[in-house]
Amino acid sequence: MAEPQRARPKPTPETQHFWDGTKAGELRLQRCDACAHVYFPPRPFCPSCASRKVSVFKASGKGFLYSYVINHRPAAPGFTPPYAIAVVELDEGPRMMSNIIDCPQTPEALELDMKLEVAFQQLDDRITLPLFRPAKG
Amino acid sequence: MRKNQVAVVGAAETTELGVVPNMSQLQLHADAALNAIADAGLKLSDIDGFATAVETPQQVCHYLGIKPTWVDGTSVGGCSFMLHVRHAAAAIEAGLCKTVLITHAESGKSMIGKQPRFTAADSLNGQFEAPFGVYGPPSMFPIPVLRFMKTYGITHEQLASVAVVQREWAAKNPRAMMKDPITVNDVLNSRMIAYPFRLLQCCLVTDGGGALILTSADRARDFPRKPVYIMGTGESVETPMVSQMETFNSSRAFKTAGPLAFQEAGIAHKDVDHLMIYDAFAHLPLFGLGDLGFMPHEETGKFIADGNTRPGGRLPLNTNGGGLSYMHSGMYGMYALQESVRQMRGIAPAQVADAKISVCHGVGGMFAASGTIVFTNER
Ligand SMILES: [Zn+2]
Repeated sequence: MAEPQRARPKPTPETQHFWDGTKAGELRLQRCDACAHVYFPPRPFCPSCASRKVSVFKASGKGFLYSYVINHRPAAPGFTPPYAIAVVELDEGPRMMSNIIDCPQTPEALELDMKLEVAFQQLDDRITLPLFRPAKG
Repeated sequence: MRKNQVAVVGAAETTELGVVPNMSQLQLHADAALNAIADAGLKLSDIDGFATAVETPQQVCHYLGIKPTWVDGTSVGGCSFMLHVRHAAAAIEAGLCKTVLITHAESGKSMIGKQPRFTAADSLNGQFEAPFGVYGPPSMFPIPVLRFMKTYGITHEQLASVAVVQREWAAKNPRAMMKDPITVNDVLNSRMIAYPFRLLQCCLVTDGGGALILTSADRARDFPRKPVYIMGTGESVETPMVSQMETFNSSRAFKTAGPLAFQEAGIAHKDVDHLMIYDAFAHLPLFGLGDLGFMPHEETGKFIADGNTRPGGRLPLNTNGGGLSYMHSGMYGMYALQESVRQMRGIAPAQVADAKISVCHGVGGMFAASGTIVFTNER
């Protein structure tokens, strides 16, 4: 029996550019050409003004720790508790769920509003996940 | 919707609550439905409207032998039943049906005849939340808590006091699962589930069900039980992804549904005698008190810790013991509605003296949806 693995995302036509981006070492967001709204998760239209004219761009990969839990039980397959499930607010505005690496998974180490930067973790030849670590400097 | 045009004339829970290993989820629906029909003094053939969640209306109607002319399968999580009440009231007023049965049941503990929850890998949740280790409500629902605490200066002790106060209510309720008194220290020393929440700040996992019967207020007078009128209603949805809420400082769905219900009922907060706020986890009553406009969010933690919502307090809240101590089958909204109806009928185990207006506020998913019902026993 193989070890249980962490849930693997399966891209759709609307999200493929995001997962192509993480594979290429880029965090890709979308911006509305009409109203400049930056949004996530991916979709081929603007959820603010409904324009279909939207562009994909490379985000800075920088943000801050908006909130989190440190999960003890039950643990998801592929995770060893305790582990933090975080929500990161990106400098461009949108928030996304992620994990914080290179940091103890404790309330003392995980301070709200701490600066974070994206770090890519390859799961397999198809999927690379955007994780975050404390920003350097 | 016009207020007080529709009334609850039948209300009951399953014969047993808690661990019910001798019934499937579908039979729990039927058990609750038959109890409610008996409570209303009706026959199954009197029911012409039907609503339920998770299980389909066709499944439960066929099992019960009901032939409806109006159905609602709205399934937005634990507050689905608040939305059913709102939709049923509108349908009765519009003349689409006369007598609506709403059922909930869940074999949450024994897992008999219950479909497992499944997140598809190509859904948005499957792509942008599941890979980061979310695994069931305890790992998701509390994600906003630390931000909420920091924004409003809410303390761990205040969040622990929610569980303590609700256990005081549960102690008065023979049907509550957990009745032994607990202290703030007990809560803060219970097993860690998902920091900042510990076991006693997370809902129970039980089996059970409940059912309501609604009809027009004019017909309600002829029923055996004291009618409980639908005075105001509200509903909304926000997002199935907790990470994508507009803010963790409040719930947009709460802030939409709650005020709608108050407005429709034409009441102010000081008019509320009894309050239910769906408490799957200990932070929900704080979000609810703030988002429904009872007080600024900053004051919610202190308000509960100071005893204002406990037995004898000025705003009796979650008087059955709540999802933390009474029961929580997975979709608790029906039990909150049942307690509001009991309070309005004057038959609750921990009855609030002379209560005339009860507000019942539900949440669905991880802040994904919300429904609010204002009940009154005076037309
Ligand atoms: Zn736009």
